[in-house]
Amino acid sequence: MKLAIPFIAGLLFAVGLAFGGMTQPAKVVGFLDLFGDWDPSLAFVMGGALAVNLAVYRFTRAKRERPVLDETFHLPTNTQITARLIIGSALFGIGWGLSGFCPGPALASVVTGTAPVLVFVLFMGLGVYGHALTQRFLASSATAGGDG
Amino acid sequence: MEQFTPVASLIGGVLIGLSAALLWYFKGRIAGISGIFEGSILPRGADIGWKLTFLAGLLVGGALMFVLQPQLFAFEITRSYWALGVAGLLVGFGTRLGSGCTSGHGVCGLSRFSRRSLVATLTFMGAGFATVWAIGHFAGGAL
Repeated sequence: MKLAIPFIAGLLFAVGLAFGGMTQPAKVVGFLDLFGDWDPSLAFVMGGALAVNLAVYRFTRAKRERPVLDETFHLPTNTQITARLIIGSALFGIGWGLSGFCPGPALASVVTGTAPVLVFVLFMGLGVYGHALTQRFLASSATAGGDG
Repeated sequence: MEQFTPVASLIGGVLIGLSAALLWYFKGRIAGISGIFEGSILPRGADIGWKLTFLAGLLVGGALMFVLQPQLFAFEITRSYWALGVAGLLVGFGTRLGSGCTSGHGVCGLSRFSRRSLVATLTFMGAGFATVWAIGHFAGGAL
């Protein structure tokens, strides 16, 4: 049961992405082409997802102390608007516009086995790994510097 | 405009919302795909189980849809492997530096009225609009 929920959630997520048009890079680029031949379809994906999630989130905040299968709700604790947040999001947006892929649709498309998807996902993994290495390097140089 | 699909997209969005709601209601977790991906390839601590299982569900769901509706996976844009590689690096690095992507910040964060997620979403959407405009303006829509 504990693992059935994340499996079903992952499955539902992929079906929703594909059905909504998110696994077609041309459709994503069409949505991002605000100043050209704009296709607003993907705003409906966002709208539908937000409507459901917002309702359930409000409901659980009002009615439940904890989730059904865990001790506590795991909410992000950081509330600061940081340079990292903005620079990271900007880099992500550039990559999204370049390829028409964000992480979910790219991963849901891996099974197609097509070269563009596999190249993108391989380099996305390298980007994640590169970020982890940078963090480790920054953390160790901060310790070595002695000023925290 | 190529093809406007408001109904299919709305249904797809509702399914994504249900997925995120399920994970939140039962597990108390945020359905952030970039974080789930990172946790699956660079496992740390006790989170690995649900993250890998979610990822497995995502792959199986993708496979199911590809068998039933292969046209939903049409690529149809002109991009070199160079462009796709650079894009992958930017998406992988950027989503981790910014702590989230379209799902974690866009869907889940905005539902919680998170200021950080609002700033992140406006930033990556703006950068996406600018990038597609630049590719159209300077490179004729292909790269």
